[in-house]
Amino acid sequence: MDKQDIIKSFKDSLFTGLIALALFGPIVGLRTASKGEGLFITPQWGIVFLLVGLCIFGRFLININSFRRTEFKFISVFNSKLSSITEDKAKHFAITGILFAVVFPFLPFTDRYFMDVAIMILTYIMLGWGLNIVVGLAGLLDLGYVAFYAVGAYSYALIATTFGWSFWICLPLAGIFAAFFGILLGFPVLRLRGDYLAIVTLGFGEIIRIILINWYEVTNGPDGITGIPRPSFFGLPFKRSPDEGEFSFHTFFGLEYSTMHRIIFLYYLILVLALITNYFTLKIRKLPVGRAWEALREDEIACKSLGVNPTNTKLTAFAIGAMFGGFAGSFFATRQAFISPESFTFIESAIIVAIVVLGGMGSQTGVVLASIFLIGITEIFRDLEQYRMIAFGGAMVLIMVFKPKGILANRKPTILMHGDKK
Amino acid sequence: MEYFIQQLVNGITLGSIYGLIAIGYTMVYGIIGMINFAHGDIFMIGAFVALISFIIFGLTGVALPIILLLVLLIAMLFTACYGWTVEKLAYKPLRGSFRLAPLISALGMSIVLQNYVQVAQGARVKPMQPLFSGGLEFFKNSEFIVTVSYLQIFIVILTIILMGIFTYLITKTDLGRAQRACEQDRTMTALLGINVDRTISITFIIGSSLASVAGMMFVLYYGVIDFYIGFLAGIKAFTAAVLGGIGSLPGAMLGGLLIGLIETMWSGYVSIEYKDVAAFSVLIVVLIFFPTGFLGKPDIEKV
Repeated sequence: MDKQDIIKSFKDSLFTGLIALALFGPIVGLRTASKGEGLFITPQWGIVFLLVGLCIFGRFLININSFRRTEFKFISVFNSKLSSITEDKAKHFAITGILFAVVFPFLPFTDRYFMDVAIMILTYIMLGWGLNIVVGLAGLLDLGYVAFYAVGAYSYALIATTFGWSFWICLPLAGIFAAFFGILLGFPVLRLRGDYLAIVTLGFGEIIRIILINWYEVTNGPDGITGIPRPSFFGLPFKRSPDEGEFSFHTFFGLEYSTMHRIIFLYYLILVLALITNYFTLKIRKLPVGRAWEALREDEIACKSLGVNPTNTKLTAFAIGAMFGGFAGSFFATRQAFISPESFTFIESAIIVAIVVLGGMGSQTGVVLASIFLIGITEIFRDLEQYRMIAFGGAMVLIMVFKPKGILANRKPTILMHGDKK
Repeated sequence: MEYFIQQLVNGITLGSIYGLIAIGYTMVYGIIGMINFAHGDIFMIGAFVALISFIIFGLTGVALPIILLLVLLIAMLFTACYGWTVEKLAYKPLRGSFRLAPLISALGMSIVLQNYVQVAQGARVKPMQPLFSGGLEFFKNSEFIVTVSYLQIFIVILTIILMGIFTYLITKTDLGRAQRACEQDRTMTALLGINVDRTISITFIIGSSLASVAGMMFVLYYGVIDFYIGFLAGIKAFTAAVLGGIGSLPGAMLGGLLIGLIETMWSGYVSIEYKDVAAFSVLIVVLIFFPTGFLGKPDIEKV
């Protein structure tokens, strides 16, 4: 590194600073605030100079580092470690993960907060696995997956509150409704390709949300549906004081009453639902329809010439993905006991797609890692409420920039021409 | 009839705003084949920069046309910086990687920009006093008086001027030629000695500047903005771009006008709550019959 390099990188850093000033100057530096009537501007130059300084300094460090011509060693080491772990020990990893998930509620440090986060992560894992069928296997970019989640949640809520049927009857019904919506949307649009499909599904997600907001008579509009029945443990409710002549969970088993019982039950419920989704996906990949999905993703024209009907094949992927979304939706409804259109915005779809893509398309383990990572990041930044979504979006960009194929990109082909080489 | 004309005027105004945003989408899609999800938020940032400069110049008491011109230039300049930086940070490292990677990166960038503005400027809606007042009135003898406000005239004329400049830029200059070459074949263009990276950066700069003009119009037209306006305007503009045929510049403008008209007609005659549903449903219907939009090139699949 000679003197010229330093001067060059110094100039470059100053240029970065100039750009940073242009970026942060108006938006951060001149904060608008309403006072009485009209808006006034409160300057905040301190923060701007701090940010600009950070940018200059950061850029300078990066430049100096790049002149040393050493790679970011730790990243490549980490990458190779990660891929070797997942390649050789995928099965061990999965079994350890499931075992850990099973004992998790009884670990000494597990409290209410951990359980809530774990349930949330599992919900996203399930949604990720469901969407993985559509995006990862069939290669259809669906940006409106939340619509099926919403359909599942609302059909569960409406059936359960209107007819009073139990969770175990409503759950499959909700799944069927969601699958039906999947077919309804898929039928006209699945002949579209790639990005057109993405924008249409996005539009569909918005249509569902707008209908949920405006169809007062059925969905109760923006106020949402309250009083959705909680699930029961095979007929035993989780109540402190059961009705006359009935048992509740804790009296039946002779336990001390605790709100944790219900939480733990919900945890196992979503764990089982998620594992069913996973098991189903792993199995269906080996069936003709699953192979047809993956073949379609790779080459549609070749599929057509081999007699695979692309529309029907895609439709099954869409419907099955939607069904799992519907299951996850009914779980969401029963856990929250309250749903409103606010829970089903585009950002949810974006998070689920991000989980699938960041995990590495089509990788089941990748979905788990990505959910833990992304939801974990927002939880770490929980105290900094305002900054958590910035951190979330930033993490999405960073993972893509450093690992464009996702965390676990090295997916083995499902089937090989001459059998497994090993 | 008079009511129809009024809705037509409103629709054309709204359509101009959508069209200007749609150009950014369609240009970026044409040149690097990705949906730039952050573009709606670039538009939102343009609206904020315009609002802030309107407040600053509003205090100085300069004549209105000068203020408008200054704000226009300032909004374009600062917003272009955002477009440029977003491309450098989030899309450039992903060039040549698989198709979904830039899309996810763009989604992340969109979340970042939205929340960044929310943190920096606050989550509440920002109202602005109207700068324009009055307008031309037609059909004074009938029951319903059609009003074309000066603001609407300003928006439509500004759009036409910008479209003129822009069309000239794309069809007649070296820059435009380089850009169209990049759209067709990036490797070949690079071999012919054109700086592809620079051309792509300029595409982002032009797209962002046009979006910022749309942002300024939005501030003037609606008088309220918040950090969330980028999302809906963004997806509608993208819908417009797809409707017109993505990758086609006149298509983007046509699609914008159509979406604007559908939206105002629907809210005028059917129901205002479902105006967004109308726009998306039309998109679905159009794509079934014209899979590449109205003016898009038919996309031939080759083995």
